Amino acid sequence: MAARVQIQPNKPKAGDIVEVRIIIGHAMESGLRRDDMGRRVQRNIVNKITCRYLGQEVFRAELGPGIAANPYLTFHTRVSRSGEFLFDWVDDDGERGSERVAVDVQS
Amino acid sequence: MSASQWTSKANDSRNKTSLRAHLIRRQPPCVGSRRTAQYLLLSAVLCLAMALMAANTLYAADSDRKPIARADLKSGIELASRELRQQQEDPILNPGMLAVDQGARAFVQAPSNGQPACQACHQLNSMKGLAAQLPKVDRTATRLHNLHTLVNRCRIERQQLPPLDYESPALLALVSFLANQSQGLPINVDIDGPARPYFEQGRNLYNSRTGQMNLACSHCHDQNWGRRLLSEPISQGHGNAYPIYRLEWQAMGSLHRRFRSCQFGVRAQLGAQGSDDFLALELYLAWRGEGLLIEAPGVRR
Repeated sequence: MAARVQIQPNKPKAGDIVEVRIIIGHAMESGLRRDDMGRRVQRNIVNKITCRYLGQEVFRAELGPGIAANPYLTFHTRVSRSGEFLFDWVDDDGERGSERVAVDVQS
Repeated sequence: MSASQWTSKANDSRNKTSLRAHLIRRQPPCVGSRRTAQYLLLSAVLCLAMALMAANTLYAADSDRKPIARADLKSGIELASRELRQQQEDPILNPGMLAVDQGARAFVQAPSNGQPACQACHQLNSMKGLAAQLPKVDRTATRLHNLHTLVNRCRIERQQLPPLDYESPALLALVSFLANQSQGLPINVDIDGPARPYFEQGRNLYNSRTGQMNLACSHCHDQNWGRRLLSEPISQGHGNAYPIYRLEWQAMGSLHRRFRSCQFGVRAQLGAQGSDDFLALELYLAWRGEGLLIEAPGVRR
């Protein structure tokens, strides 16, 4: 599953608060639609997303079927030193995705 | 024999009589004035012919004048909400950029049948400006091509692969990736030479009434752009942002899919994606919007 991650500002100083943004390419099938033949389309949404920074979980979200396709999430966190933000998510089919982005903290 | 046949026969005979009477009344009284009448007729015909020729040249010059002046051209995003505009311009908010990424990966990936990847012939970023010149007629001058059909032609001829479905996510991703390289460049298409018949076909389609609503494209997009259809602004109908991520579709879609949406809206029969009619219409739209900047991938409601 494709995703894009961005951290702003991209060269923060130690102790700065940064904005982390992610968009995940996913159809987010709600389970309420029917196909052209009238059959119900199985629900398949990204139901859980976590983000770890320097090995520590800094963000977690549980999504519901009301979220539109290609979920976009953003949160703020404080950075102390250079490292990676590592996103992991899983959908109803059990398919996993991950994306990582490095942050270069100026001392 | 029915009554109606009787009446019609009766009417016929009466008409014949009156026509004969009419002809007799219009007989010229003498030979001299008949000659004058011939001169008058001849000069009238000549005058008419000259007037027609003049009108024809005027029309020819006039017919290539664009329905919307360059200064009034507006991309659909200029008529959309501020939020939508932000979503299109921000590469993290624009879901179309996910398709661009996917297309870039497909571009370098060699197919499993051992044939070369796209990148084996084309540099990764060598398609800059291409989307702004399309659709155009191919080398053999046999058909009009846009990015979709060009990619599929390469797949068939160079990669020995079956063509991708016009509206498939895989093809839309490749097309988004290629069109994105022309982002910010002005549309500039060639409508002369072999492209001319397609251009005329497209213009004809654009201006022809269709569907139960009996509307032509021009009724909304030339005469009423900027006004509203319920809550939605009516755009000028340009193709400069395609392929787009449309919120209603919750997915990427082609310009030809959007044509079908318009046809559905006026309750017309839906055309086929990649058909000659749609390609011709795409050419006419590109010419009509020449100078607008490519925005692909766009975001629309």
